[in-house]
Amino acid sequence: MKIAIASGKGGTGKTLVSVNLAVTNSKETLLLDCDVEEPNDRVFFDELSQSHTRRVSIKIPRIDNSVCISCKACVNACQFNALAMLADRVMIFDELCHACGACAYVCPPGAISWIDKPIGTITGWAGSSVNLIQGQMDVGISMPVPLIRELKKEALYSHETVILDSPPGTSCPMVWTVLGCDAALLVTEPTPFGLHDLQLAVDTIRTMGMPFGVVINKDGIGDDQVDSYCNQEHIPIMGRIGYDLMIAKTYARGKIIVEQLEQYRAIFSSIWDNIERLVGTKGTSHG
Amino acid sequence: MLVAFSCNGLSLDSPFDSRFGRCPYFLVYDTEQDTYAIIDNHENTNAEHGAGIATASRLSSEKVNVVVTGHTGPKATQALKSAGIAVYTCEAPTCKKALELFQEGALLKQ
Repeated sequence: MKIAIASGKGGTGKTLVSVNLAVTNSKETLLLDCDVEEPNDRVFFDELSQSHTRRVSIKIPRIDNSVCISCKACVNACQFNALAMLADRVMIFDELCHACGACAYVCPPGAISWIDKPIGTITGWAGSSVNLIQGQMDVGISMPVPLIRELKKEALYSHETVILDSPPGTSCPMVWTVLGCDAALLVTEPTPFGLHDLQLAVDTIRTMGMPFGVVINKDGIGDDQVDSYCNQEHIPIMGRIGYDLMIAKTYARGKIIVEQLEQYRAIFSSIWDNIERLVGTKGTSHG
Repeated sequence: MLVAFSCNGLSLDSPFDSRFGRCPYFLVYDTEQDTYAIIDNHENTNAEHGAGIATASRLSSEKVNVVVTGHTGPKATQALKSAGIAVYTCEAPTCKKALELFQEGALLKQ
């Protein structure tokens, strides 16, 4: 089972929920930290030992100007303006290249070859019940998606429960994280800003056609607009985590809530049960 | 010589636009003929990435020699340099005023 933990707004508690669900559920769990711009799930696990690490590169184009016929086919094929025809020569802007390969595919004389451009590192750690793998982009790289795609390959043949901690927002990095998962959990806070970005996230998830539910974090602040919205849209509220200074203090020390504050174990367990019901791996028997 | 002014309209009286890549039109002035033509740049106005690069590429294909605009970003600057297009920065209310300043030699070359 693969579960993505996403949100629209940043800072609503994706990492809090991901890490605590990974610890709470009773199965072998692989936690994938897909927030490759600033992965921090690692901070919460003291006793993991590093299992593997590898560098990730993308293939970007180089043009042999002695073969190029300046036909502009590659420039027209590029959807990201990474290629430009300037004074009859094609210029490549590496940082805009998504490594899609369209330029080489359309080039009539075959003037395009590839070089490797390193973009980040994937690192894995093993523990007794939770294994963690994260991607981390190199400084100066602005495109997270190729690294997220590579990171997700780590879970391809995994038989474990997989929890994917998504980057914030609703653009490509979030979409590529959530894509192919069995369900998504949207973490929000009950404020107008939280609701606004939750609606964007719901619109995005609905286009992907997977089951999803909402977790309300910092419950008790703000207003009841998120509740009204979820009722109106028939979106299940999978759980509520109250606004509690002790959570903030525990989290800020890099500690796992369910291990430090026993009263929250039941809340995260119940969120996990609701996820299992949502994807149908748990019977819906009454009681 | 062809001089392109970033502008927000279809004539010399139109407002001068300080943006380069996302500017909606370019007024291309032919200094030999004293005539001008308009380039519609709307396809780049809403580009997600690389608006400056695509705009530079367009001006290069129109054989423009000089650009007069408010500001060019690092990639556009690099692209214009590769295309051999000189850049002059300007602040003016209208294209007409920008043209006058250019012809008086009052503008700074980037």
